[in-house]
Amino acid sequence: MALYFFTPFIAIILTILGGGIIFYILGFNPIEALKFYFITPISNLYGFSELLLKATPLCLIAIGLSFCFKSNNWNIGAEGQLTFGAIVGGGVALLFYNQEGFYILPLVILAGAIGGMIFALIPAILKTYFNTNEILVSLMLVYVSKLILDYLVVGPWSNPEGFNFPETRQFSDSSRMPLLFEGLRIHAGIFLALAAVMLSWFILYKTYLGFQIKVSGLSLKTAKYAGFKGKTMILVVFMISGACAGLAGVGEITGPIGQLHRMISPDYGFTAIIVAFLGRLNPFGIIFASLVVALTYLGAETAQIFLQIPKYTGQVFQGMILFFLLASDYLLFFKVKILSLKKNELRH
Amino acid sequence: MSLDISFIGILIGSIMASSVPLILAASGELITERSGVLNLGVEGMMIIGAISGFALMVITDNLFIAIVGSMLSGVIISLIFGFLTQSLLTNHVATGLALTIFGIGLSAMLGKNFVGIPGKEFPILFSSLRESIPFFGPILFGHSIVLYFAFALPFLTNYFLKKTKLGLIVRAVGDSPVSASNQGINVILVRYCCILYGGAMCGLAGAYLSLIYTPQWIENMTAGRGWIALALVVFATWSPIKVLIGALIFGGITILQLHMQAIGFRIPVQFLSALPYLMTIIVLVVISRDSRKIKLNTPTSLGRIFYKEK
Repeated sequence: MALYFFTPFIAIILTILGGGIIFYILGFNPIEALKFYFITPISNLYGFSELLLKATPLCLIAIGLSFCFKSNNWNIGAEGQLTFGAIVGGGVALLFYNQEGFYILPLVILAGAIGGMIFALIPAILKTYFNTNEILVSLMLVYVSKLILDYLVVGPWSNPEGFNFPETRQFSDSSRMPLLFEGLRIHAGIFLALAAVMLSWFILYKTYLGFQIKVSGLSLKTAKYAGFKGKTMILVVFMISGACAGLAGVGEITGPIGQLHRMISPDYGFTAIIVAFLGRLNPFGIIFASLVVALTYLGAETAQIFLQIPKYTGQVFQGMILFFLLASDYLLFFKVKILSLKKNELRH
Repeated sequence: MSLDISFIGILIGSIMASSVPLILAASGELITERSGVLNLGVEGMMIIGAISGFALMVITDNLFIAIVGSMLSGVIISLIFGFLTQSLLTNHVATGLALTIFGIGLSAMLGKNFVGIPGKEFPILFSSLRESIPFFGPILFGHSIVLYFAFALPFLTNYFLKKTKLGLIVRAVGDSPVSASNQGINVILVRYCCILYGGAMCGLAGAYLSLIYTPQWIENMTAGRGWIALALVVFATWSPIKVLIGALIFGGITILQLHMQAIGFRIPVQFLSALPYLMTIIVLVVISRDSRKIKLNTPTSLGRIFYKEK
């Protein structure tokens, strides 16, 4: 069990080493490049706030995904649910673009969560009632949601005074997440993420639903035998997952962005899959993992500025983390084998 | 714009061209899946094939080396997937996703110095026949050799799976790895080969994009085609000939969408662009409802980890 939570650290160390090798091959001083990547970005208060800013949506989405993954539901379309949540939440914010009031932000946030939830229900309903593969459906919907967003910001929702830029009006101040500190971009959305962590811990470990989810993940047959209502559970985990992704989307547009445009997320929805695995689908593990993966985003940006390395190196690091994490699971498998061998020897 | 007969011929020719990467990638993935392995890294392998093909073309100025190199790079990157899932017994879905994310990042990194370089003209076959025969000319002639290969591939794949001993072994490994293993078949080795073959075909599909279809390197230029190829395999219920039909339908939607935009059809561009994705979902729903139809060809052990006790 200790090893189960220890292997993610091995994966991170191996990724850093692997990254150093890649930098070396590309002709950079690996030590210097890694320093720009992992230390420079968080060496001041502003950088630290940026780290939390990027970790917030990753953590929220990954918490939602952990419900799906734990119960063997492969929702990989969180990016689409994030986008659709942002569309619905953004739509509400645009309704109030010239109004102020304390009730606006809660409405916007709620709308975002509902939007994400509805969008996640599509693959869930198709899976439960039509036996359709949720991996492909949720993924196809990512492209659909991005095209809907594109249509809206270019067409009906584009800013009438915006010189035909593909963006909407700025939201009113009442639709914006309150900033936590003057001059830093970190906003109140982080509390949503922390609340999601607490709530998910409670649901997963203290309720009957959480028990059902875990049993279904371990063995679908056992779950059926125990009489769990599989269909309802699938719908619920997708709804939770979609709501979290929708919240992440709404947090981005009401936080740092302040309007709708084409690029509301640098693939947070896909990267959060890595976060969920790296955090071992455990709420507190996910907090840690979201910080690590957020650092790959920040590091990629810093490395682009200082070393002119394309910012896509972030994805290389993210892919490597998951590779190494999955590979190091072999150690666990190996250990189980040794243990069972020892047991057999005792019996003989 | 007149819809005369020769225009329709040209239209069909361009639909065929746009379906080539889908046919190649989906045929490769089909073999991988028939052996019981679900590789979601198609998009990643394609984009790696696209950049390595283009880079080799720029460096060596030799299209043959570029094409072979792109297939080799597909093999190399799929080897990561093979090693993880077959030797280290990792989860297929997660490993495939990691491969796609890694591939997109790595391709952008490798392609940094190749952005904006113009491509080289790829030789086309029978170009004189293309002009001289109305209607059938643009359909049958004047294509690259890769296109002819792609259109033969589903039939070759079908023959391989149904009529050869190796094809039978692949199917046996996919349907019942345990019995296959008891028969003395090296399940892991067969799966490795199928994964690497899938990688080669995806690499070629990517190279088709960067060398022939739109001869240049653009970041993320596969633009979700890998995912459509994956959907196509399910759409075709793991039958190679249906992959060809499906790829033509998707290619057709892509081309029609471009033409409708050009004509000024009064439907938002984004809606037309969303059509292939929506179509995939609809088709998935229709074929998945009938569980018998899906079970007929579905590799029974698809995505499950096989481990041989020693």
